[in-house]
Amino acid sequence: MNPDRRAFLQKTGKLLVLSASASVAWEAIVAGRPETAENYKMSDHWWGMVIDIDVCIGCGSCVRACKEENDVPREPLFFRTWVERYQVTPDDLEHPTVDSPNGGYDGFPVKDKVDEKVKHFYVPKLCNHCHQSPCVQVCPVGATFVSPDGVVLVDKTYCLGCRYCVQACPYGCRFIDPRTETVDKCTLCYHRITKGLTTACCETCPTGARQLGDLKNPKDPIHEFLREHHVLVLKPQMATGAKVYYNGLDGSVR
Amino acid sequence: MSGWLKDKGHLARMAGLFAFGITAFLVFRWLMVPAGFGLYGHYRAGALDDAGARPLHYAGRAACEGCHTDIVEARQGSRHARIGCEACHGPLIKHAQAPTEVKPTRPDGRVLCVRCHETNPWKPKGFPQVKVADHSDSGPCTACHKPHAPKIS
Repeated sequence: MNPDRRAFLQKTGKLLVLSASASVAWEAIVAGRPETAENYKMSDHWWGMVIDIDVCIGCGSCVRACKEENDVPREPLFFRTWVERYQVTPDDLEHPTVDSPNGGYDGFPVKDKVDEKVKHFYVPKLCNHCHQSPCVQVCPVGATFVSPDGVVLVDKTYCLGCRYCVQACPYGCRFIDPRTETVDKCTLCYHRITKGLTTACCETCPTGARQLGDLKNPKDPIHEFLREHHVLVLKPQMATGAKVYYNGLDGSVR
Repeated sequence: MSGWLKDKGHLARMAGLFAFGITAFLVFRWLMVPAGFGLYGHYRAGALDDAGARPLHYAGRAACEGCHTDIVEARQGSRHARIGCEACHGPLIKHAQAPTEVKPTRPDGRVLCVRCHETNPWKPKGFPQVKVADHSDSGPCTACHKPHAPKIS
């Protein structure tokens, strides 16, 4: 063998081995420190929610509890969760009549004229905590993100208030907090679920129409619910990876 | 040899410029990228702690049931048994933390009961509903129905 060739092969071999070990070491450095929280391990959870439209009575408890728990501005137009009231003529799913007076905060007053020939139902809405979230993809500064336990959060100290994400969210779940001029949205009560409590909306829902679920916990009743009901996410055609599953969702709901 | 030396100063200047540029970049990067950024993804890891550090307002049902065992008993088997306590009584973590100092106020049944039980075609068919105006005069609902076990026997 040509000695030059042998030397070249030896050198290349060494270089390969060295760069491989260097890359392993670099990955170990990049992976960072292990989690430090005492009773909560992010990697053990993957949060979602089920909403059972068939039992929602439109009392607005969730909306009031959410504003209370999360210090959401009390004026209309600022909601982390809200309830929509649908009226659909069965043969015209394309054109439902939808309203949401004050997001359902005061409950829903009875309307005088009710057409018995149309369908009536409530649809509670909140952030769908998508794991392929368009709002996260458009943030120019990394102020919004999907946490390792599957919750879409906002870093309020880092948000510029550019409103890209407000426009990107297909579900209209984000708003600009007028007090801070930064974006605000449902955190799935991150301060509660990391302490073993359920969200404020699920805590106060009188009919159990909303249930928080940990999709990584095999003992969580959410699995049984998903198995035994025909559920659907909102706008599945957007492929956002939404994790709020609706039971009894009508085709007219947008 | 002399040609090599002549080029050396030019190379050293360039190397110096590069060293300065790279150092400046690293210094600016260190100043501008917050601690923990990139630990879990393209965001500041501390934001997770910020989100988790908000104050609680709702104590949660388990906290209520620890003390109010009589109510747990009263609700047993009733149609209101599954409702969270704070759904009607409001956020009460302060009461849970200082039970004697902070006392909850009694909710107004004419507002609270009606919100759920007034007849409304939007509500699911099986849900118990009444036309409140026809159902009773202006007296309190609690005159007949015990809120923790509402069925009149």
